[in-house]
Amino acid sequence: MPIRTLTILLLLGASAAPLAADARSDAKKQVQFGIAVAQRGLWREAIYRWERAVQIDPKYAEALNDLAIAYEHEGDLEKARVAYEKALELEPNNALIKQNYELFKEINDRTTRKDSQDSQNQNP
Amino acid sequence: MTGRLARTARTARIRILSSVAAILLVAGCTNYYEIPIETPIKPKLDVSAFQRVLVAGFIAGGTDDVDGNLETTRLLRSQLRTKSDLRVIDTDVLPLMEVANEDKGAPQEVKAEPAKTNGASDGKEGTDGKKEGTDGKSDSKAELRGEAPQPSTPDKAAVIKDAKDLEPYEHLFADVEYWKRIGEEYQNPLIVTGTIMFTPHQRSGIVQREEEVYDSFGRRRVVPVRTYMERKGYILQPKFIFIDGRTGTVMHSENFREEVLYNANQSTPALSSYFELMDRLIPSFLSTLSSQKIKGTRVLLE
Repeated sequence: MPIRTLTILLLLGASAAPLAADARSDAKKQVQFGIAVAQRGLWREAIYRWERAVQIDPKYAEALNDLAIAYEHEGDLEKARVAYEKALELEPNNALIKQNYELFKEINDRTTRKDSQDSQNQNP
Repeated sequence: MTGRLARTARTARIRILSSVAAILLVAGCTNYYEIPIETPIKPKLDVSAFQRVLVAGFIAGGTDDVDGNLETTRLLRSQLRTKSDLRVIDTDVLPLMEVANEDKGAPQEVKAEPAKTNGASDGKEGTDGKKEGTDGKSDSKAELRGEAPQPSTPDKAAVIKDAKDLEPYEHLFADVEYWKRIGEEYQNPLIVTGTIMFTPHQRSGIVQREEEVYDSFGRRRVVPVRTYMERKGYILQPKFIFIDGRTGTVMHSENFREEVLYNANQSTPALSSYFELMDRLIPSFLSTLSSQKIKGTRVLLE
């Protein structure tokens, strides 16, 4: 009996790796399509593709990076921050994601400062 | 000591090389695409509740050569007219210094009256621009008293020589009743007001400038030369205050400081320096009321 369970578990484990690879491959197709449309200025479509990619493979840091850029371009800075931070959590040593995030932070900090100044002005 | 310096330099070199290597490694493993983006930044103030803006005027001081009140009002109105969605109310500048002075001793009714001649100088405001008397003319008490309209008071502005001299007038901006009445008169617009200090300034010291030199072969080179120089110019310190015309309360205020210095031999008119400095501030002023876009580049990864 235990041997049978072990065999099943081993079989499941062995099949999980190709499944993950399939998910990444499907997600990558979405990412590639997203990049192609973003380069033509179709950012909404790109967002849809990259969101799909992240749904398919939630550990795809590059897809999260691209999604963050698209959110930034749309002015949704809070969503962009979350996506960048998730991407960096998955790949903390990815220099290109870090670089994008640093550039984003400069803008985000500026607007956050504005907000806090405003609230100070309104509640002196 | 030398050993430590050499070690520090080596460490720095290793750090640079390793970060370059990291980027190359990442770039080598992944396909990446540089893409230009434009991040829209929301305006600092939510002005969606207003359809109209009244640049009421400013308490100005500093040099007598430029009427900071009139020039700033004109400039902001023209900028807002072309670069914002708000309709600009074209009326005479409010004599804020007089109002502030009267505020100290005079009764409430008097201080609340702007000395304006008409509220519809562009022809658009006549119907909806402001309340008018039954005969279609302004019901300003100043006019009713037969006083000549005073769009600006440069003689009084001369009294204000530095930022401290502005303090006695600052209370006017917190006078909710006054601004509420102005708001009612102009159909609850967003009101822009504040203070303007435009003062002459001079500084001497060592400056670096570029100089052309020719060597013995006649070849031209540009070399940096450090020289002692007397320079003079101006400092512009505006404080823009945004008031809700419906409630008379201050919604937002912002301070700026810009300065320009020229060679002492160069004679630059004060008005041209004023516009040069205002040019630098205008984008920040406009970003308070309207959205702007920040251009940049990011890297898409596959």
